[in-house]
Formats: sequence, C-alpha cells, structure tokens
Amino acid sequence: MAATTKELQKKEAQVPERVERTRAVRIFSPQVDIVEKKEEIVVTADMPGVDEKSVDINLEKNILTIFGAVEEDNLVAKHQPYHAEYGIGDYERVFTLSDEIDRDRIQATVRNGVLKVILPKAKAAKSRRIAVKAGA
Amino acid sequence: MLWTELGRIGRGFDPWYDFDWETNLVDRAAAVPSMQAIEFPLLNVWVNADEAVLTTEIPGIDAKSVEISVAGRTVSLRGSREPEPEAEGQTYHRRERWYGQFSRTIELPFNIESAGVEALFRKGVLQVTLPKAQADKPRAIKVKSE
Repeated sequence: MAATTKELQKKEAQVPERVERTRAVRIFSPQVDIVEKKEEIVVTADMPGVDEKSVDINLEKNILTIFGAVEEDNLVAKHQPYHAEYGIGDYERVFTLSDEIDRDRIQATVRNGVLKVILPKAKAAKSRRIAVKAGA
Repeated sequence: MLWTELGRIGRGFDPWYDFDWETNLVDRAAAVPSMQAIEFPLLNVWVNADEAVLTTEIPGIDAKSVEISVAGRTVSLRGSREPEPEAEGQTYHRRERWYGQFSRTIELPFNIESAGVEALFRKGVLQVTLPKAQADKPRAIKVKSE
C-alpha cells in the first residue's frame, strides 16, 4: 500500500542543493509519458490548473524544461478548507533529450490540463541507421 | 478524534494549534503522509455557510464522461481516462500517467440541495458546488428583550 500511496500523491519537484526558489509557492513534478515515434518524440504531462498562457517550455541545448504556473484557488476568498488531500502549486520538470531535435518545429498544446509537446527529430538524427555488412 | 489527529500530524501538544488551523490546512494535509488509505482521485473540499465546493484534479478527461451523483449527504464521482492507443514503431521511454476507471464517494456533514448542484471542468480541474439544503443552513435567531 505504501508504494501505491506514494504514487497517488503529487510529487514535489526536487530542488538542486543550495538552490532556492524565488517564489513562495510549492512546485510539483508532473507525471509524464514520453513516447518516441519515427519522426518525433512526444512528451505528455498532466498539469491540472495550467492553460496555454501559463505554460512555459524551454529547450536549451539538450535540456527541455517544462514549467506551468498555477493560480491560487479562486475558492480561497470566500471558503474555508474543510478537507484537503492534494496541494496546489506550480509544475516544473527538466529532461535531457538524447536525440537531436529540430527546434523550429516544436509544437505544444494544452488541453484540459494536459500538456503535449511534440519534438520533431532533426533530419540528421533521423537517418542515423547504419547498415552493418558481413565481414569478408 | 483528538488523539488520532495528534498522531497523524506527528507533533506534540500545541496550545496554538487551533490558531492557524485554517490558514495552512491545505498545505499540511497534502504534505503529511496520512495513515488512511488514499483513494483516487484526490479531493479537496472547501466550505462556507451556504455550500461546500469539492475540487479534484482529473486532467485530460472528457467533461461529459464524468458522472456526478448526489444523494442525501453523499456525493459520488465516477469517470475514466483511456490510455493513448499504442501504435506500431513507437517506444515508451516513460509511462507515469494514470489511466483507467475511478470512482469516489464522500460524505458531507450536511444534506445537499441536489437541484442546485453545479459542476465546472476547467483546465483539468473539476469543481463541484454543493449547496446546503435549506433545513441545514445556519439561521440567525433574534433575541427578544422584554
């Protein structure tokens, strides 16, 4: 049960040692699926509370950073918390990509709190298959 | 109740405990690994004098496929999320997102006016507003003086 519990709870993003956040909000690590297809790599992340305006995707060299800002719950003003199981905060997750990515054609969409980033492979990376000949 | 609460939060006796109870309840509850089994989806409940508002994070769900039913004091949520169809020639590097069916029922401390229940699905967060039944609402009573 312990393992299941851990999975269900939102996981807070790790901060490298001695690095502090400037904003006083919690940061969660979104759950992702990463699928590699022939032409592209698709990163899907669950980021409830994020829309297309509050998401920020950054690719620097081979490091892909996904960030999503979440507003404070609009219920705070007129309601009191009665029961709470999940925390609310921003999302951040960083990946190192192995393949060369065609930066100009990166696409990202957010729908119902799910972020989908399509990273097309660069031509050079696509044709990397090397035929192996049998030795004489 | 008092003792279970103390044990769950894992702190000593604190006379100021009630003082900041409301301000950081959300943060604390989510940070504490509670002993009770965690059900899915995770719910937050907010209340005021007239209503309770239930919120849950269920991103990527078709809003029409979520069933909400209300009976007396209880609310039930039911829905499902389908996995992405697997295509040939693709490999998963990571697969962490959940999929499947879920259902969750919770009981509120008051009867719900079922006609006034509203649900809103926005940015992957479902928000269900559950008004209190008229009979359960607080009523101000005037004191007559003679």
